[in-house]
Amino acid sequence: MSVTFVGMPKFPIAAAEALANPQLRRNLRHATQTIRAKRAAVVAEVPDWAELRTAGAAIKDRTLRHLDDYLLQLEENLTAAGATVHWARDAAEANRIVADIVKSHDVKEVVKVKSMATQEIFLNEALEAEGIEAWETDLAELIVQLGHDRPSHILVPAIHRNRSEVREIFLREMGNVGLAAPDDLTDVPRDLAGAARRHLREKFLRAKVAISGANFAIAETGTLVVVESEGNGRMCLTLPEVLISVVGIEKVLPTWQDLEVFMQILPRSSTGERMNPYTSMWTGVHAGDGPQEVHVVLLDNGRTDVLADTVGRQALRCIRCSACLNVCPVYERTGGHAYGSVYPGPIGAILTPLLNGVEAGPVEASLPYASSLCGACYEVCPVAIDIPTVLVHLRSEVVDSHRDGVPTAEAIGMKAISRIFSSPRLLRVAQRAGSLSRLVMGRHSGRISTLPPPFSAWSSARDAPLPAQESFRGWWVRTNGGHSSGEPGRPEQIRTEPGYSTIYESGPDSGASGQPMYGSASAGHAEGSDASGPGRAAPGPADQQ
Amino acid sequence: MSADGQHMTASSRSTLARDEILRRIRTALKDVPSTETAESFDVPRDYTRGRELPAMVDTFIERVVDYKAKVTRVPSEAELPEAISAALAGMSRVVVGAWFEPAWLPSDVEVVADDPQLSPHDLDPVQAVITTAAVAVALTGTVVLDHFVGQGRRALSLVPDLHVCVVRTSQIVDDVPAAVTALRASIAERRPLTWISGPSATSDIELDRVEGVHGPRTLHVLLLEDHA
Repeated sequence: MSVTFVGMPKFPIAAAEALANPQLRRNLRHATQTIRAKRAAVVAEVPDWAELRTAGAAIKDRTLRHLDDYLLQLEENLTAAGATVHWARDAAEANRIVADIVKSHDVKEVVKVKSMATQEIFLNEALEAEGIEAWETDLAELIVQLGHDRPSHILVPAIHRNRSEVREIFLREMGNVGLAAPDDLTDVPRDLAGAARRHLREKFLRAKVAISGANFAIAETGTLVVVESEGNGRMCLTLPEVLISVVGIEKVLPTWQDLEVFMQILPRSSTGERMNPYTSMWTGVHAGDGPQEVHVVLLDNGRTDVLADTVGRQALRCIRCSACLNVCPVYERTGGHAYGSVYPGPIGAILTPLLNGVEAGPVEASLPYASSLCGACYEVCPVAIDIPTVLVHLRSEVVDSHRDGVPTAEAIGMKAISRIFSSPRLLRVAQRAGSLSRLVMGRHSGRISTLPPPFSAWSSARDAPLPAQESFRGWWVRTNGGHSSGEPGRPEQIRTEPGYSTIYESGPDSGASGQPMYGSASAGHAEGSDASGPGRAAPGPADQQ
Repeated sequence: MSADGQHMTASSRSTLARDEILRRIRTALKDVPSTETAESFDVPRDYTRGRELPAMVDTFIERVVDYKAKVTRVPSEAELPEAISAALAGMSRVVVGAWFEPAWLPSDVEVVADDPQLSPHDLDPVQAVITTAAVAVALTGTVVLDHFVGQGRRALSLVPDLHVCVVRTSQIVDDVPAAVTALRASIAERRPLTWISGPSATSDIELDRVEGVHGPRTLHVLLLEDHA
């Protein structure tokens, strides 16, 4: 059922491990910067990009809001075209269906087209348990499979590996499962791709059964669409006798006219190309051409739960392009493994908890926080999924899910602050305590960078300015609203203070350097005020630092 | 599949699953007003349709070449055999799409018959394939096969290492929406479609693009001028 990997720690722990690996960070930085530039260039040459994006989002919304009708239409047209349609409520059911079909043909191996749906249900592991070997044929998936590794990116699952690592994996592993790599294999990508071509060719030629996903399923004709680059997809979709496609129920598109939108936005968002090398479109069984036994497994596996969430529903628009991964500052630094799920990056941070539920485990509960909410993901998303809004929505669900159980340190802290803010007396005491805390905290740096436990969990990743020497309330009372201590016009000056924005900056002299919002009555500030008078235009001392 | 007990069980299990998923969907969509139909939900199609590129053929050539495919302009049908011969560069064992115009073939090629159908193993040593196309897309540098006249079944244009594709200039359309419109008849007849944009390629190692993985490593488009 779960789309997460077994035994994964929550995001902050996994992220800390990933950040400690400089090779990984170099590989990721190089890869994400390259693909970002390519995408930006090919998107910039499309003058109607915004309109395509709007249409893409609306087509998906229309489909999702009438999903039952479109699925029935898809089923009817697939059946009429000679395909057998299966429905699977969850991963176990889908795996059972696929394994039964494979076993009915008495084969011990299948070839596979890269597919997120089959990764999500851990189909390869399920088939292995039945004694069936599933060969991944996408180059990156092959690298991951031969390396006994996990995918770390939706589009380029081996993005965390560099060329010399790939060479080592090929030399070490290929011979164990088929044609070995040549001893003189170099680490030039062209040579590595050549080794994969030779290794996989014998598997393609002898395969009887292939398994794929689908990028789109067109309801009006029952046509499935697979978008790819290498030709491994065409090999699997064309040469074997039996084809099984596992398709998420959200992949349906009403019409071919809808497809014209996605064929324009997917390749440019995904690989940064005007068009991907190969797209296959097939409708059930084609007499005398390709597999003569065609199965389609329509997969729910949590999608109807996502559909029921009116905020999270938009995540089902996702066409798995991975543009959001490539622009994400968090993904660029941690890589995909830290997300603990087959769906990494910003889309994974919402899709994983939406599919499994935030209460499913520590991974799901931590993923909504695996973001700075910078919004770059939303901006590049070709179907306009508002990932930041869904993240915030899921954070509230995480908080809600703890209400009845043992409260977290954060919840206790928030509750305490809520009490303080609702009582003037408590607030006064707390603010005085805050000012006094200047004496023990941040005496050297002028900033608070470490706090004792349990607050250290918060301060380990953040610096905070020191509290002011005097609270605004304290200053107001002491100076009778600014009228009684030789500071005429102070309140007006607050509004016209050109150094207003500097209140967020806290230097060694923060309390004594003319930051009127803190109401400092220190000598330094008073001199500044006196010298320039109310409404002065020249910056105060704080601004000159 | 036989109607034995196991099949019946699997079939009734599938019906159960189908009903359950449809029920879950309908429950999940409680917020959608019952008066809303799919057609009444607005899909704004303000993107460009009916684009007219000023230099459509040149754009097509430029974009195909950008994928590291080869393009040769052929002024007339009479010159096709010579152009095909040059494209084959000495490769002699070829397959051609069914009903490919025999007069276009050079005399020195050995066409391997696909009747009865060649097995994948038999197809593997064939060096090249010669096909026509159904539609070509200028803006994306794409050739679309519908595997009908002159194009052959899908495996033929996949397994050999060189794909020589004859495209008429009159088959080029501006963009993807125009291509979908031009393919209407093929779609209505439920033909398989293969959209080809350059030779097979991968960027899976360090996002460094390599042309030529599993499909034909060389795509050579022969552009036959028949435009008014």
